[in-house]
Amino acid sequence: MADAEREDAAETDTPNASDTQEKNTNITMAEDGSTLLKRMEITVAEAEKRTGKKAVNMQETYTVYLLETRPSAAVNEGQSVAPDALWRRYSEFELLRNYLLVTYPFIVVPPLPEKRAEFVWHKLSADNMDPDFVERRRVGLENFLLRVASHPVMSSDGIFYHFLTQERGWKEVVYETGFQAKAESRLRALNATFRVKNPDKRFMEMKHYSDELQSITSQLLRARARVADRLYGVYKVHGNYGRVFSEWSAIEKEMGDGLQSAGHHMDAYAASIDDILEEEEHYADQIKEYLFFSEALRAVCRKHELSQYELETESLDLASKKQQRDELATGTMRTFSFKGMTTKLFGQETADQREARLKLLEEQIVEGEETVREKTTECEEHVCSGWVDIQRFKEQKDRDLREAFINYAFMQMSMCRKGIQMWTNAKECFSKM
Amino acid sequence: MSGNVADSAISPTSPTQTIPADLSGQMLELDEDDDLEVFSKDTTNTDGGSFNASMQTSPGSMINQYKFDEEDEEQEPGAKDIFITVDDPESHVTTIETFITYRVLTKTTRGEFDSSEYEVRRRYQDFLWLRGRLEEAHPTLIVHPLPEKFVMKGMVERFNDDFIETRRRALHRFLDRVADHPILSCNEDFRVFLSAQAWELTSHKKQGPGFLTRMGETVRAVAASVRGVKNRPEEFNSIQEYVEAFSQKMTSLDRITQRITKEEKEYLEELKEYAPTYTLWSGSEEELAEPLKGMANSLDRCYQETEEQGRQLSDCLAPALHEYVLCSETLKAVLRRRDNIQAELEAKNEALATKRADRDAEPRERGVVWQSLLGKNPEEARQLKQQRLAGEIDELKEEIDKMEDRVEWANNALKGDWGRWQRSMRSDLKEAFLSTAQKNVDYYEKCLAVWESFLLSMRAEVSEVDQRAGDS
Repeated sequence: MADAEREDAAETDTPNASDTQEKNTNITMAEDGSTLLKRMEITVAEAEKRTGKKAVNMQETYTVYLLETRPSAAVNEGQSVAPDALWRRYSEFELLRNYLLVTYPFIVVPPLPEKRAEFVWHKLSADNMDPDFVERRRVGLENFLLRVASHPVMSSDGIFYHFLTQERGWKEVVYETGFQAKAESRLRALNATFRVKNPDKRFMEMKHYSDELQSITSQLLRARARVADRLYGVYKVHGNYGRVFSEWSAIEKEMGDGLQSAGHHMDAYAASIDDILEEEEHYADQIKEYLFFSEALRAVCRKHELSQYELETESLDLASKKQQRDELATGTMRTFSFKGMTTKLFGQETADQREARLKLLEEQIVEGEETVREKTTECEEHVCSGWVDIQRFKEQKDRDLREAFINYAFMQMSMCRKGIQMWTNAKECFSKM
Repeated sequence: MSGNVADSAISPTSPTQTIPADLSGQMLELDEDDDLEVFSKDTTNTDGGSFNASMQTSPGSMINQYKFDEEDEEQEPGAKDIFITVDDPESHVTTIETFITYRVLTKTTRGEFDSSEYEVRRRYQDFLWLRGRLEEAHPTLIVHPLPEKFVMKGMVERFNDDFIETRRRALHRFLDRVADHPILSCNEDFRVFLSAQAWELTSHKKQGPGFLTRMGETVRAVAASVRGVKNRPEEFNSIQEYVEAFSQKMTSLDRITQRITKEEKEYLEELKEYAPTYTLWSGSEEELAEPLKGMANSLDRCYQETEEQGRQLSDCLAPALHEYVLCSETLKAVLRRRDNIQAELEAKNEALATKRADRDAEPRERGVVWQSLLGKNPEEARQLKQQRLAGEIDELKEEIDKMEDRVEWANNALKGDWGRWQRSMRSDLKEAFLSTAQKNVDYYEKCLAVWESFLLSMRAEVSEVDQRAGDS
């Protein structure tokens, strides 16, 4: 989540880029056109609970998020302009993303924050209504919007702009694009198995990489959650020292004061883990984003495979038709055709019939050649743009994760400093015993 | 050591029959002191055995013996005259059993030792014997506890290395405490323990009081403890209350510390799985490979630091707390024994009162009639009875005198040692907590350094990358 542009945005929770000495000065946005983000400030400012009627008289509780936008120019000039605001539910974000996936199949579309809390450790709530979860989701949604708004291609999408600016009627507009029909076939295609003869090697490697990334980040997140759980336990047990020191101090004369105050520090130490781990959740969210990104990356690679497969299929089909025509013209029959079979079984066809068939084939061949040409162009274009976006994604990933690791180090250091302080204080109290 | 104590304690007639608080001047005399050995042999079991006849000096002087001033225990560094180490555990296998012996090395300038250096091997049983003897000799002194015979929880094997090491340290502490104690360190059994060869020790052990004497003492002790003490002095009441509360707190702290150790172990197990995911990941990345390896490396180093910190907890704090859990039990036993001694005195006083009442009572009708039935002159009978009672009363009075001395002596011993114990408890636990806190500070500082160097490497990488970009 590292665009420098984000510093304009209000609510950011990540231990932030402004702390790190190394600011990312090279922002790889294809920066010829100005992306939406340069012109507009976007924030997901708040979250609120609502209850409403679902179908059939059922009540449901859900959360809505306040989406605020403001023209950057105005802010930069120091005008205090009230932002435009509207409310959106998570499901609307999902709808938007699905639309983007279908419309831009060769873009690595940024993921949404998780629908349900996964990689949860013991203290962390799996409840979607938990305020910490809602807060982290708010951050994730904002991040999603900022990524789309800063994308060289997606940022100029009308539906996206509509999403940001018009609360009512947006859903209808999206459905009108007819993307849903494509969505279904896309899903089917992504899950289908087919063999491609000549895939682009780079995409195959990328697909392989996306699988690895997915596997390794989930492993990492699971292990991290378990470590967090255990660390929580260690800190919390120290709270018992506080209690017992306090009780003990009551029966001691000289040691009483020292024990009592040491006990307070033990309590503080035990309590400190809550904030520490809450902060670490943000790191986990950063890794999670790339876990989900790996799916998007894989989808782009699969889409290339699909296109390539379709092209190959068309080419094969064309080649077959050509061969049929040749055989028909020369009278030999090497390729199998149903017509040929029936001719063999039921007798020769007439010259007229043959003529007709030949004509049909010729037409089909012309069509086929056109199709193959189109598909080839399409494929080449897609390979091109897809690869460009993959490169963009790769650089963004390297940047973001580097920053995430640096932030992690800062978090660990902050935790160590707290520990040093607490135990130094405790030491002082013990020395007064 | 206060000078007046030594003076008043040593009377010309029996120079060695008291245990002077100040030992340094009395070394040579104790050397020839057979009575000391007799004294320790004569005392029987731990719960209020017979008062030793050799303790003939006046209560007054004995009270003084046990007035330890604050300064008593703070000797100049050079004043320590006995140094003991316990090390080199060795396993011995016989047909009947397997056991461990420890080497006990003593270096001393004390006069009662023939030589200045001793090296002997002792097993746990020998320590148990020694402690038993010390408690018998001084039922109301606070003798430092020994590590437990068995450790049930965690299924620690008797011959597990950690167990042996923990035990070794505790045994060492025990001997150090005895050596530091002004009275206990003069005990003959202690000297024998440190200096005798194995067979000598075995034969010395056999010279304890006989079985039957022990039995008699046990019965009396049980009777006394069942009866209970009626008028416990207030100061012992408050000590009792303190000990109960202290015992609870120590047990809690011991448990908490063990729990922390357990949680830390589990944390380490998870950390062990976590760090390698970064290494694994680095295999799939190009630009991120170095940062990922750096993460893995940093986590690994933190793992090692955590391991070390955990060792401090289990090697230092836990044993110290556990020792004081055992101390609490010792304290309770000492208070019980003191109570029993007092109870015995109270019983005797009651018996005396009854007999006196009996003597002063009006002759009873029935008694006279009975005597006349037996053909005795009632007047004669009454006189006989009075004579008998008078004799019994005199006997009782003598016994009570001795018992009163004994009670006073026991009380003073306890009071003196109580102050001493509190001071060393405070110092021990303060030390243990201080070093734990320090270790934790060190731990966090080391981890801080780990992540700082990670950040540095990340920065170095950035400038490297920039350089490369500039070159290309």
